[in-house]
Amino acid sequence: MMKSVRQMSLRRMGAALFGLAVAGVALAAAVAPHTARAEVKIDITRGKVEPMPIAIPDFAGPGDAGRFGGDVATVISADLERSGLFAPINKAAFIQDLPSLDTQPRFTDWRTINAQLLVQGVVEPQPDGRLRLAFRLWDIYGGEQMKGQAYVTQPENWRRVSHIIADEIYKRVTGEDGYFDTRVVYVSETGPATKRVKRLAIMDQDGANHHYLSDGSNIVLTPRFSPTAQEITYMSYYNGSPRVYLLNIDTGRQELLGDFPGMTFAPRFSPDGNKVVMSMAKDGNSELYDMDLRTRRTSRLTNHPAIDTSPSYSPDGQQIVFNSDRGGAQQLYVMDSQGNNVRRISFGDGRYATPVWSPRGDLIAFTKMKGGEFYIGVMRPDGTGERMLSNGFLMEGPTWAPNGRVLMYYRQEANGAAPQLFSIDLTGFNERRLVTPQGSSDPAWSPLLP
Amino acid sequence: MKFRLLPVVAAAALLAACSTASEDAGSKSATGNTAPTTAGKTAPAPGSVEEFKVVVGDRVLFGFDQYNLSAEGQAVLKNQAAWLNKYTKYAVVVEGHADERGTREYNLALGERRANAVKAFLGAQGVKADRLKVVSYGKERPECGDSTEACWAKNRRGVSVLQ
Repeated sequence: MMKSVRQMSLRRMGAALFGLAVAGVALAAAVAPHTARAEVKIDITRGKVEPMPIAIPDFAGPGDAGRFGGDVATVISADLERSGLFAPINKAAFIQDLPSLDTQPRFTDWRTINAQLLVQGVVEPQPDGRLRLAFRLWDIYGGEQMKGQAYVTQPENWRRVSHIIADEIYKRVTGEDGYFDTRVVYVSETGPATKRVKRLAIMDQDGANHHYLSDGSNIVLTPRFSPTAQEITYMSYYNGSPRVYLLNIDTGRQELLGDFPGMTFAPRFSPDGNKVVMSMAKDGNSELYDMDLRTRRTSRLTNHPAIDTSPSYSPDGQQIVFNSDRGGAQQLYVMDSQGNNVRRISFGDGRYATPVWSPRGDLIAFTKMKGGEFYIGVMRPDGTGERMLSNGFLMEGPTWAPNGRVLMYYRQEANGAAPQLFSIDLTGFNERRLVTPQGSSDPAWSPLLP
Repeated sequence: MKFRLLPVVAAAALLAACSTASEDAGSKSATGNTAPTTAGKTAPAPGSVEEFKVVVGDRVLFGFDQYNLSAEGQAVLKNQAAWLNKYTKYAVVVEGHADERGTREYNLALGERRANAVKAFLGAQGVKADRLKVVSYGKERPECGDSTEACWAKNRRGVSVLQ
């Protein structure tokens, strides 16, 4: 195990939100008996996995700092449980108390309650008023430390550091990057279907720190994050003129994107954040355009009398998948990012819409309409391997978790019911509702926060 | 919907007329019905917004995922054009709408197509282009909130809103 202190990439947080930096430092491995055995690992590519039992006691800490300890454990537990891959064990069953990070776990005690993993953690006040949060992840059956890490942060950041710790645990056990230190921007909906009031809203991926970004006086649709998660592009009916806007989340600064003669909609950032691709509709024809955010130059990418909309870049920025009815009905097409070499990729029964390229590049998620039902599905970028993950009366608008393993979308039942956000594992299992204060649609998942 | 200020009595008649218009938008306005028999005792004033809505018919309906104008729709739009060519003080915003059985972004484009089909027809009937604007609401502003074929048919509409 590594003895050197490894400096993780400095996690710079948005100044207005957090006002400081958090650095994670690897802990030296605690001395523990080492037995040769297969490592604890969850294969998340399998269909239905049995969630792995994990014990997450309250993080120990003195006095004032200690009050965070229970909350930290609760946030980590909830993150891991929602992934469907971990089964946190009821704290009431715990036998051993772990008052410090140097207390050696009695593995037999944890084996007795069937724990396979143990998270041992502390919250310690620092002389400068900050908090130090540290944890060790133990493989109970191997009797081995799998991970150890410490973070120093302002007390108000405890929740975010908890998500970072959950991401570390997820990554260590699954081999995949986590997605817990992320946010979701979406459209909050209230009122009857005929007079729906829509507001931009943002929250952590677990629903915490919820707040509104617009007041509901204009219809707002389809918010999407920039790759830094600091900006959102979305569509608004401000002044009765539906157009694409850019919003800086921290400063609240807002601007109209481009000077187009018609409605602009369906915006999405390029992976490098330098461009926004969108549709512009004029005289009954919707075409795709991109706009360079530095030069403000716009270029038309498609030239076809059909509807061309819902563009989404491949993660390398070289290709765009989009929705078009140029073949007669809505299908998915891929072209290079300059608009050349257009080819259709969807060929199944039904209509296909809202394609979104996975951040891993290996899949495209989409909405499909067939036989009076809506589906969320995935296919490879060449159109093969089509697979449905969920279906219902109305569901659309998938968005990927940054690790490309989980999708979020919204579902709506008949007769004007309020829509609701749901997430599902790429395997098609573990569909979960994400509870929001009001109805909710058009989710967009942020990248891992910088 | 925008109402102009009217005397109280006329406003009451208008409310009655409006509820009738929206209930029967599918059949009556589409067949170019001329006399508002259920609108109350007083017929809407000639050249008024309510005359346009109730007598002329302010909307046309579209088939699922379609934006072509039906024969009934064309008849309504001919009446709209004749009326607009007579009462030239009004400008028109043509709203294009879609039902809920499509995806949001595609429906915005579809609504824009529908609104433009109406705009183009009115233009061909002599209504000057500078009086005609379009706006698509996609599936964001249904007329009818139920998930029934009857409701969806009402929601797939192009509405000429007088300004």
